[in-house]
Amino acid sequence: MALETSRGETTVELLSGADMIARFLQDEGVEYIYGYPGGAALHIYDALFRQDIVKHILVRHEQAATHAADGYARASGKPGTVLVTSGPGATNAVTGIATAYMDSIPMVVLCGQVASHLIGEDAFQETDIIGVTRPIVKHSFSIRHPAEIPAVLKKAYYLASSGRPGPVVVDIPKDMTSPTERYEYVYPKKVKMRSYNPVTRGHSGQIKKAVELILKARRPVFYTGGGVVTGQACEALTDLVRRLGHPITTTLMGIGAYPQSDRQSLGWLGMHGSYESNMAMHHADLIIAIGARFDDRVTNSTSKFCPTAKIVHVDIDPSSISKTVRADVPIVGPAGSVINEMISLVQGREPGNPEALAEWWEKIDGWREERRGKLYEPAEPGEPIKPQQVIEEICRMTRGEAFVTTDVGQHQMFAGQYYKFDKPNRFITSGGLGTMGFGFPAAMGIKQSYPNDDVICVTGEGSFQMMMQELSTCKQYGIGVKIVNLNNGSLGMVRQWQDLNYKSRHAHSYMESLPDFQQLIEAYGFTALRVERYEDLEPALERTFANKNELVFLDVYVDPREHVYPMHVPLGSMRDMLLSKTERT
Amino acid sequence: MRHIISILLENEPGALSRVVGLFSQRNFNIESLNVAPTEDETLSRLTVTTIGDDRIIEQITKQLNKLIDVVKLVDLTEGNHIERELMLVKVKALGAQRDEVKRTADIFRAQVVDVTPSVYTVQITGDAGKLDAFVQAMAPIGILEVARTGVSGIARGDKMLSL
Repeated sequence: MALETSRGETTVELLSGADMIARFLQDEGVEYIYGYPGGAALHIYDALFRQDIVKHILVRHEQAATHAADGYARASGKPGTVLVTSGPGATNAVTGIATAYMDSIPMVVLCGQVASHLIGEDAFQETDIIGVTRPIVKHSFSIRHPAEIPAVLKKAYYLASSGRPGPVVVDIPKDMTSPTERYEYVYPKKVKMRSYNPVTRGHSGQIKKAVELILKARRPVFYTGGGVVTGQACEALTDLVRRLGHPITTTLMGIGAYPQSDRQSLGWLGMHGSYESNMAMHHADLIIAIGARFDDRVTNSTSKFCPTAKIVHVDIDPSSISKTVRADVPIVGPAGSVINEMISLVQGREPGNPEALAEWWEKIDGWREERRGKLYEPAEPGEPIKPQQVIEEICRMTRGEAFVTTDVGQHQMFAGQYYKFDKPNRFITSGGLGTMGFGFPAAMGIKQSYPNDDVICVTGEGSFQMMMQELSTCKQYGIGVKIVNLNNGSLGMVRQWQDLNYKSRHAHSYMESLPDFQQLIEAYGFTALRVERYEDLEPALERTFANKNELVFLDVYVDPREHVYPMHVPLGSMRDMLLSKTERT
Repeated sequence: MRHIISILLENEPGALSRVVGLFSQRNFNIESLNVAPTEDETLSRLTVTTIGDDRIIEQITKQLNKLIDVVKLVDLTEGNHIERELMLVKVKALGAQRDEVKRTADIFRAQVVDVTPSVYTVQITGDAGKLDAFVQAMAPIGILEVARTGVSGIARGDKMLSL
């Protein structure tokens, strides 16, 4: 940066590579870095130590750093930043990078690396992390000269957060950050890459074609995904869907893009989606897919998928279109601009088939009515608590406004099914990779940026034990997340599959030696509550949510026999579902 | 269907491994691969022959285009194009075999480029079919070693793959 001296001359600021990184992060507006130091990253850590604008959060395992940065990114919409050392520091981060990649989350991971002259010699703590992460990053860079640090970092943040977002790894050999070599630092305000030009709007002709189909449709369904959330197009989507009066279902990643409490919302779809959304999809004559990727957990068998529907597919990533299900009207473009263009085209126009639409709604309401009150059997007095009840109670107590993170398994599905979200970026879950251990560190990353909100990690004893070392991080920084452990003493979803497909042979899906969570949590100085009877649940939840900034661990013993339903019948169509242990469609 | 895809790639470290990695990661086929710098030193040209139905080929081109290092690509098999491959073959050449090798090479417009008392090294260019036929013709005489470059190609006429 050019500075003016007292005599009016301009001088150039000279910084070491490490100081450039610290300065760049400040100039880029990075608030938090989640990381863990080690030899190859020490120059960078020293530079961060000598400033106090960017806050570094020391986690207890590098995987947690990536999940925390990921949670921060999902809640705030801004890229998360991670700093780890070479070798094991970097490889520990791999699961979190893959998690972010599968869900298209913007993240920049700065990895220390052994000094350039040692690369390839199997040096201490050397790993080819560029090679290791190649299939799970949007892009990666290796720094070859300290002077290129500002430009490379700018590209990294630009790539991570534009187009279809994703993680970007920057490998930084230790000699690139040497404190003795200084180079000119200028913050690059802009970046241009000849080989990377994400689309800014969809093809108008295609959008017109889509709108004609939408207005003519007799049985339309909007099917929207995480792309609408990351594309910050939720308000536009809500506007469009309300104008049209069409039903809408979202993916797990798209929850909250349209208010779930609204009549037009059918909830989410897919393997454990709502009965009415899966039925509506199967019988639709037009599916308007926006920012969703026809994932196998949504479609069930693609050959039987929505046999009577034409498909409009809007996505910013051309490779998502017609990857698993052929689109009739493909539109490559960002959700926001395409939806806005659709709004301007439907403005003032009447739907072509109001009677057909009314009939369609009658049918959908019929499906809704069929399952009302039959989703699960609430516990009778003296029976074990049902996990579904716990989530419903939490939703009521937090008025549906909390951030809810999850790990992976039955509790994840229950949290998605029974907590009703009216806002996007509130249900934070590892949808694509299905990473156990994600929820707790992700909640930490959110809570720091949203101190006045309830941030709840709904977890299970299997998942929680994968990242429970982060209790120590919460202690260090006073992070008051709520942890609700749906404790069924087993790996519930694995057990469910074993019940269904392996004649209840529970191979390694039970936990024989669970710790006393109460003692464990108290060892870190936090409050833990244990609930076994339904009548104790409400007071325990009241205690849990009494103070927004206090970490409370609520260990709820739930009925281990409970299964998640509906559940797609494997290799079937969208409408082929198990509805309970005894009913199927 | 066999497709020849030519790619202009940023001449950056790791760029080639991203392309190759993509094929194995997504279970796409590589029949042959050929890569070298272009007249613009910042760009490499990579030509890959692959086999797949229309849906697979569409995914291959889309996924390749998504790689940040890929600047531009063309599926040469979509239009008229010239396809060439170069092969060096070492064959046994003793006694009467020496004439036989030379004659066969002439028929294929191949050149003998190195000679020892017992071995001829033959150079041949052409499309993959011609090279295959030459290998077949030489096989009874005794092939000792084969080195093929993999297919390179270019569109016919005014069509160009350039920036």
